[in-house]
Amino acid sequence: MVAKLMVIFFSAILINNFVLTRFLGICPFLGVSQQIETAIGMGLAVVFVLTLASAMTWVVQHLILVPLGLGFLQTVAFILVIAALVQLVEMVIQKVSPTLYKALGVYLPLITTNCAVLGAAVLNIREGYTLVESTVHGAAAGVGFTMAIVLFAGIRERLAYSPVPVSFKGFPIALVTAGLLSIAFLGFAGFNLGKLFGM
Amino acid sequence: MSLRKDFANGLLAENPTFRLLLGMCPTLAVSTSVFNGIGMGLAATFVLVGSNAIVSLVRSIIPEKIRIPCYVVIIATFVTVVDLAMAGFTPALHQTLGIFIPLIVVNCIILARAEAFASKRALLNSIADGFGMGIGFTLALVVLSLIREMLGTGVVFAAPDFNFAGVKLLADEYRSVIMILAPGGFITLGCTLGLINWLSRRRSSGGSKS
Repeated sequence: MVAKLMVIFFSAILINNFVLTRFLGICPFLGVSQQIETAIGMGLAVVFVLTLASAMTWVVQHLILVPLGLGFLQTVAFILVIAALVQLVEMVIQKVSPTLYKALGVYLPLITTNCAVLGAAVLNIREGYTLVESTVHGAAAGVGFTMAIVLFAGIRERLAYSPVPVSFKGFPIALVTAGLLSIAFLGFAGFNLGKLFGM
Repeated sequence: MSLRKDFANGLLAENPTFRLLLGMCPTLAVSTSVFNGIGMGLAATFVLVGSNAIVSLVRSIIPEKIRIPCYVVIIATFVTVVDLAMAGFTPALHQTLGIFIPLIVVNCIILARAEAFASKRALLNSIADGFGMGIGFTLALVVLSLIREMLGTGVVFAAPDFNFAGVKLLADEYRSVIMILAPGGFITLGCTLGLINWLSRRRSSGGSKS
């Protein structure tokens, strides 16, 4: 049981990294990665939302949609749950840490349209995970996202002072750099995590 | 603003992928083959036109405060329709596109156009804008997937749903699988954007000689 959870946890971070391998969460990855501090803040918010969203959407799917035969309403139901959750998180952060709230700015409500959150929710159902496995998967996806975005922010902070060709300044060089980072993570493909954790 | 202008806007001048830089996730993930690119592009166009039309029709009824969740529900409904239609009529494509079909609902292009255009303009203009943006998105996907599919598999226009093996353009030993893997997507899009920036700068510095 724990072994399977460890496999899910580490594969979502390294082998199937949500940003660099699955292409989920690219918009905030490119948009919020100019500085390490904002990247960390964004990453933590995403971990929080992903963990809660994974749990809540699992509950909605298995306790409401499936018993009532409303499986086809999955997309609508999930996105509404996520939108409500992000609204809630926004209000909580505003109360608990106004500085973080100001730092994240418009990017906090944009977590609703973060493909990673809806993507993780849908993936949990498609992989047939239990509630615990789904929550762990969501948390791991968030950790992987945070790791990728912080790594990327570190590189971009350096890129700002490098002689980049004018046509490539901004997005183009950022994308090529992300591609190189993605190649690095390709090195994790084929890891037998099951064997590592004695499954 | 004429209908033709609203339509043509999304094709080149405000191309959602290359100019507005929206909808990156599906662009990178789906541009592994031209067939997938066209499939995703057409699905997104359907959702875009439908949601723009409905949002434009109800724009005076939706309260300002809850407009985003309302748009999202409208978009999600069209996405569900497209999802079920593709599962029925193009099962292989539905399988390949996988989770990116339900993820059309969070495709920034659709929500951005609903918010920036359809909520303020008349029905026909919104539909034209939806078509323009959708076809522009499809064109961008086709450009990117042509490059990636050709360099990655050597074959273009492979279409398993229609039993078409594709047109072989490159000998097997010159293929590089990395082009259809994750890094290939990032690098292709980055270089294409750089190329487009370079061409734009040349055009604008060229001045009188268009």
